Amino acid sequence: MTEIVNGTDVHQATTSDTERPILEIKDLEVAFNTQTGKVKAVDGVNITLYRGQSLAIVGESGSGKSTTAHAIINLLPGTGHIAGGQILLDGQDISKASKREMESIRGRKIGFVPQDPMSNLNPVWSIGFQVEEAIKANGIATGRKEVKARAIEVLQQAGLRDADRRLKQFPHQFSGGMRQRVLIGMGLAADPQLLIADEPTSALDVTVQRVILDHLESLTRELGTTLLFITHDLGLAAERAEQLVVMYKGKIVESGPSLEILQNPQHPYTQRLVAAAPSLASRRIQATGSVAAAEASMSEGAAAAAGDSIDLIATAEARHEALESAVGQPPAIVVEDLTKVFKIRGSGDFTAVDGVSFQIAKGTTTALVGESGSGKSTVAKMLLKLEDSTSGKIVVGGKDLAKLSEKELFALRGRMQPVFQDPYGSLNPLRNIGNTIAEPLSTHKVGDRASRRARVFELLDQVSLPRTLVGRYPNELSGGQRQRIAIARALALKPEIVVLDEAVSALDVLVQAQILRLLADLQAELDLTYLFITHDLAVVRVIADHVCVMQKGRIVEAATTDEVFENPQEQYTKDLLAAIPGANLQIGA
Amino acid sequence: MAGYIARRLLQAIPVLLGTTFLIYFMVFALPGDPIIALFGEKTPSPAVVEQLRERYNLDQPFIVQYFLFLGGIFRGDFGTSFSGQPVSEILAATFPVTLRLAVLAVFFEMVAGITIGLVSGLRKGGIFDASALVVSLILISLPIFVIAFVAQFIFGIQLGWFRTTVSSGAPIQDLILPAIVLATISFAQITRLTRASVIDTDTQDFVRTAASKGLSRRRIVPVHILRNSLIPVVTYLAVDFGVLMVGATVTEGIFNVPGVGRTLYQAIIRGEGPTVVSFVTVMVLIYLVINLLVDLLYAVLDPRIRYAK
Repeated sequence: MTEIVNGTDVHQATTSDTERPILEIKDLEVAFNTQTGKVKAVDGVNITLYRGQSLAIVGESGSGKSTTAHAIINLLPGTGHIAGGQILLDGQDISKASKREMESIRGRKIGFVPQDPMSNLNPVWSIGFQVEEAIKANGIATGRKEVKARAIEVLQQAGLRDADRRLKQFPHQFSGGMRQRVLIGMGLAADPQLLIADEPTSALDVTVQRVILDHLESLTRELGTTLLFITHDLGLAAERAEQLVVMYKGKIVESGPSLEILQNPQHPYTQRLVAAAPSLASRRIQATGSVAAAEASMSEGAAAAAGDSIDLIATAEARHEALESAVGQPPAIVVEDLTKVFKIRGSGDFTAVDGVSFQIAKGTTTALVGESGSGKSTVAKMLLKLEDSTSGKIVVGGKDLAKLSEKELFALRGRMQPVFQDPYGSLNPLRNIGNTIAEPLSTHKVGDRASRRARVFELLDQVSLPRTLVGRYPNELSGGQRQRIAIARALALKPEIVVLDEAVSALDVLVQAQILRLLADLQAELDLTYLFITHDLAVVRVIADHVCVMQKGRIVEAATTDEVFENPQEQYTKDLLAAIPGANLQIGA
Repeated sequence: MAGYIARRLLQAIPVLLGTTFLIYFMVFALPGDPIIALFGEKTPSPAVVEQLRERYNLDQPFIVQYFLFLGGIFRGDFGTSFSGQPVSEILAATFPVTLRLAVLAVFFEMVAGITIGLVSGLRKGGIFDASALVVSLILISLPIFVIAFVAQFIFGIQLGWFRTTVSSGAPIQDLILPAIVLATISFAQITRLTRASVIDTDTQDFVRTAASKGLSRRRIVPVHILRNSLIPVVTYLAVDFGVLMVGATVTEGIFNVPGVGRTLYQAIIRGEGPTVVSFVTVMVLIYLVINLLVDLLYAVLDPRIRYAK
C-alpha cells in the first residue's frame, strides 16, 4: 500500500499549471468519538479537483467516501469532526471556517445532492417551499414573484417539465426519480461552482438512473459546474467521471483517470472491485466468449481478483450442465396465465400482473427482471401464497396451489422458502441467530432440540459462517452476514425451491459476489430450484439460466440468459441492458 | 373529507348509546336508596317518598327508566337534579368554568413543555437537558394531590400570591394556580415527547439537506426541526385537552373549583342518576368531537395523511 501515491494530481494532464484548483483536500482526517475512543473514518486523504472536471470517489459502504463529502461541507453526523488536514476551496481553507462562513459557502459555492430521494425532502413542506427557501437563503432572487420564477426555472432545468403546476405538491406526491430531480435542482439552485453528488441515483431503477445521470452530466457541463461524485458502483463511476479515486477503510488506495484504473488496476482492492462488479465481470464473459480466455485475461496480474471472478465463470459452466440434465424432468414450477387485479378505491382496478406464464425446470434458476412496479414481486408473493391470485394457475411439484388444503399448504411451505431483499428488516432483532435459523424447524416440528441444534451448525457451515454466531443478535452482524443467515434459515427445512426476492440488491459488490457464489454452490450441492427476482440485469447474467423480462405486469421477453443478453428482441430489454452502468465501457484484454 | 367526518359522526352514535347505558346501569346498581339518603337523618313519610319516586321515574323498571331518560335527552331535556335545579342549568354553569381551566392548563403545559423540550433536544446530553429530565421525572412520579397541596400551601398561604380556593364566578386569576398544578403532569410528558421528537428529527436526512442548501440554523430549527417534531406533541396536547375538559376531579376538589369534575363527584356521592348520566353523556360527546378533531388535525399537520373520500 505504501508505494501507491495516496492522492490524485491530474493537473498536468488537463490544465495549465497556473490555474488554481477549485477544491484541494490535503491530508484530511475525520474522526468520530465512540465509547472506546476516537475512530478515524477518513485518514490522510488527498484530492485535487480542477474547475470543470468531474471526479468520482468509489468505495464500499464504510470506506469513508460519504464522510469525506460531508466533511467538505462541514455537515458530519453525530460526533464526527475534522481531526486534521485542510480543505481548500478556491485557495481558502474552509475546514476552519466559522459557522456563518460555512452557511454562506453551502448552497452558494458548494451545492450538494444527497443520496436518498425518499428521506431528503421534508415531508411536511411543499416542493415549491423547499426550493424557494434555498433560493432566498442564497440571495439569488428577492421578492415573491422573482423567487417563484427562479424556482420554476431551476426545477425545469433539472428536468421537471411541469414545474409551475407541481410547486404546490408535496414530496410524497412525487416519484423517486422526480424527487431526485428536485434535489438536483436544489443543489444547483444558487449556481454553485462545485456540486457534490453523494450516490445521487443508487435508490432508483436503472433506466431512471441513466436518464437522471445523463441530465446531471449535460447540465453541469452547460453551467460549467465542477462535479464531485460519490458512488459505490465502479462501472457507474468510470462511465460518469474523468477521474477516479478509490477509497478503502478511510484511505485512498488508488487514483487516476477512470479508464486507466479500470483497465489496469494496481491495488489488490481495486482489482477485486473490478473483478466483482457484476456489470463489468459479466461483460468480460461476453467479450471473451470462453472460460479459458476469461481465465487467461484474469491471470494477467490480477491474482487477487481471481478468487471472486473465476468462480462466477465456473458457475456459469456448471449452470449449463444443470440445464442439460434438467431436460426431460417435470418442471418444478409451472405458472399459467397468472393475473392479479388490485381494487383501488376511487380509481377502479389496477392490474399488477397480467396473464403471466412461465416454467422453471428442477435444479435451474429463472430470473424475473423488471423495474419497480412491473409486478415481479407480486408474482413471487402469489407463488408463496402470501397473496391470492385473481385468476390463473400455479403448479408446484405437480400440485395446483389453489386446490391445496391448509395442511398441504403448510407442508408445501416447508419445501418452498423465501429470501427477501432487506437483511435488516427480515431478521427479528430480538431473536438470536441460532433461534432464527431453527425457527422453521420448530414450526414444522422437525427433530428434537439436539438434532435442531446440530442442523443449525450444519447450516452455518453451509453458508460459510462461524458456528460461534449462534448466540449473537442480528444487529451485531454485517449486511452480508445477515443475508447469509436469511439464506441459512431458508435452507433449514431442506427446501426444493427458493424464491429470492431482490436477495442481493442491498449488498455491496464484493459481498454481492460472495453471496451469488454461495447461492450457486448451494444449488449445485442441493439441487435447488431458484426463482430469482431482481431489477439488476447485471446480476442476472451470472446467476440465471432463463430470464423473463417483465414490464407493466406482462412478460415481454422470455429466453435463456445468453439469448437475452446477446440478442435482445424487445426495445424495453435493450433499454434495460443499455442502462447497466458501465455496459458501454470496453475494459480488459 | 366530508364523507369521512360523516362516517365518524355516525360511529359516535353506538358509542354514545353504549356509554350512557353502562353509566346508567352502574348508577342504578349503586347500593342505597337515593330518596331516603336525600332526607339524611329524618325519616320521610311514605307518601312523600312515593311521590318523589314517581316524579323521578324511580318506580319504573331499570330499562324503562333508561329509555325515558334517553327520550328526554333527545328532546333536549336533561331532567332535574334532586335539589330541583334543571340539569341543563348545572351543565351550563359548570362546563364554562372547566373550559377556562382546561384552556389555561393546556396553554401553560404547551408553552413550557415545548420550549424546554426543544432546548433539551437540541442540546442533548448537556446540563440543561439532564436537569430537565430529572425535574420532569420527579413531576411525573408525584401524585397530583401532593403537587396541589404543596402549591396551595406555598403560593397561596406562605407567599400569598394566589387565593387558596377559587371564589364564586371562578375568575381567571383564581384559576391560574389550579391550572399550573394541572399542567405540571402533562408538562413533564410534553417536555419528554418534544425532546425525543426533536432529537429524532434533528438526525433526519432532510435536516442535513436543508443545511446543505445554505440555510442558517436559526431558520432550520423552527422550520425543519420544530415543525416536524410538533406532530406528535400537538396531538398529545389535543387529547390532553379532552381529558381536562371532562373534569379534573381531584384538583377541582382541592381548589374548590365549581367545575365539571367536582360537580360530577358530588352527584355520584348523592346517587343522582339523571345528573351523572347527563354529565357523562356530554363528556362522551366532547371527547368524541375532540378525538375527531385530533384526527383531522393530523391531516393538517402532516400532508401525507389524507382521509379517503
